[in-house]
Amino acid sequence: MKASPALARALLAALLIAALLLPMIAPTYYLQFFAKAMLLAIVAASLNLVVGFGGMVSLCHGAFFGLAGYVLALASPSSSGASLWTSLPLALLVVAVAAALVGALALRTRGIYFIMATLAFGEMFFYFFHDTRVANGSDGIYIYFEPEIVIAGWRLVDLGNKTSFYYVALASLLLAIIVISTLVRSPFGAALMAARDNEQRARSLGFPVFRIRLTAFVLAAVLAGIAGYFSASQFGFVAPQTLGWHVSATLLIMVVLGGMKSVLGPVFGAFALLGLEEILKSNIEHWKLIEGVIVIALVFMLPGGLQHLAQLVFADRRAPAGQPGSGASSAGRQHHG
Amino acid sequence: MDIATFSVQLLNAVQHGLVLFLVASGLTLVFGILGVINLAHGAFYMLGAYLAYWIAGYTGSFALALVGGVAIAFLLGLVLEEAFVKRLIGRDHLAQVLLSYGLILVIDEVRQILFGKDVHSVAPPAWLQGSIELTDVLSYPIYRLALCIACLVLAGIIFFIIQKTRLGMILRAGAENRDMTRALGISFDRVNRYVFAGGIALAALGGILVAPISTVFPGMGDSMLILSFVVVVLGGIGSVAGAAFGALLIGLTDTFGKVFFPQVSSILVYLLMVIILLWRPNGLLGRAS
Repeated sequence: MKASPALARALLAALLIAALLLPMIAPTYYLQFFAKAMLLAIVAASLNLVVGFGGMVSLCHGAFFGLAGYVLALASPSSSGASLWTSLPLALLVVAVAAALVGALALRTRGIYFIMATLAFGEMFFYFFHDTRVANGSDGIYIYFEPEIVIAGWRLVDLGNKTSFYYVALASLLLAIIVISTLVRSPFGAALMAARDNEQRARSLGFPVFRIRLTAFVLAAVLAGIAGYFSASQFGFVAPQTLGWHVSATLLIMVVLGGMKSVLGPVFGAFALLGLEEILKSNIEHWKLIEGVIVIALVFMLPGGLQHLAQLVFADRRAPAGQPGSGASSAGRQHHG
Repeated sequence: MDIATFSVQLLNAVQHGLVLFLVASGLTLVFGILGVINLAHGAFYMLGAYLAYWIAGYTGSFALALVGGVAIAFLLGLVLEEAFVKRLIGRDHLAQVLLSYGLILVIDEVRQILFGKDVHSVAPPAWLQGSIELTDVLSYPIYRLALCIACLVLAGIIFFIIQKTRLGMILRAGAENRDMTRALGISFDRVNRYVFAGGIALAALGGILVAPISTVFPGMGDSMLILSFVVVVLGGIGSVAGAAFGALLIGLTDTFGKVFFPQVSSILVYLLMVIILLWRPNGLLGRAS
């Protein structure tokens, strides 16, 4: 079943307009919440490039998110903000190099090995910042001044302003969605999905599977790095926990909750999970218990995520039914080559 | 470093490796036989330590804590297998990752409700308290020595079961080729259940045994989980011998790394894993897939 395209497009357009108008009505607290959610939505959507479209279950995506924040913290002078024009490219470069190294090693493995190898590599970054004094160890490090976006002496955007920051986060999210959609629709995306569905056939057709996967892995990490950079600037603080594996696992929940089959699924997944946490946190002391139960229920009752639910609701009844076994069964599958 | 200090560190390293082996062997068996990735393995290790604290606190007996803790963990494993894990076999790894992460959240929060988040300690049994004088300034706790011996005996039992018994034969056949074993008329449902419960019991046992020499704290499962994963990656999935080898290697690296390079010791373990993965992507004793 396919969602009716006209209805879906109208809904998305309405959402975009609502997002653009939100700062006019929403109190600052909610603006901050939505900015945070949009940044995490970037990370979830980029992770889906690896997990959903690439079929590689990575447990170190949070490390790339946190690493970019650490680069910003270390690159910030103590008495003023870092220049965005130098610190953002630097952060993304560091993340890209780290992802290329981790990916080159982890992609030598398949299936469970890949999951465990990425988990271990992610924790390596965690312990690097936790145990050494490079960035204040387990205490974390403060970023006292937001990065400055200045052209010829004129301040373009003030990241300290909550409304401006909200629009920067929104623009980053839109950019990430456009980049990921373009990638998925390109021949590169087709090759990536071909390698996911049948690695041996893709290889025998002459696709450089390793290089395609590594490229997707690094690109996704860089997108997560953009979000990590702005997230660190939003909270003015980075700690080792920002790159621990619990972040990566939470990101995976967002991806599956939203649905892995589309670019936008994880974006909605991020909003849904953060919204849920926000509601649970303010009402229940042991909210993590409820969250755990919801995650377990998700695995058994809604493997296709919210997207699957939406498809059932907005199903285009004229379209021929079919596509048996839809759900999460094909995506995320690993082939033992 | 003189020879006495070195011996103490070596003993510590071996003891660390042996406990790691207990926990990782449970993990690798569940991987190998059920094909299920269990991120909650560390949570059961933590749970074991808290159960030891709880039972020993109530009864004053470490032996009861040991038996009771393992029994509770085993029963919990049976229930979880029946309720959830059974339905995950054959599903993609992502579903398994999510389920076990959901279990971590639940177990952590239940621990929070039952025991709070305080740090606790557990007293070793009276007859194992005290230490052996090695030199005038160096001594070695008797409990640690007993722990080493207990782990070695357990390792012997695990190897005996796997190599010499009918159950072990089924396990090895199942790890080799599940479908073929099933076609030969071996019912896997029961085997799966006991392997999963046994794996969890091993994790809890590790936590119980370690409780008297380390503190019992909420995050203790996390570091153990990661180290066990590294052990399994090093040794090869499903290979208990590989887990033994990997665990000793990690125990030595971790302990001597802390002595010689305290700042970067925890990274050394991962560097070791990088080198081994470069050399053998399927682990030291893993089969090429």
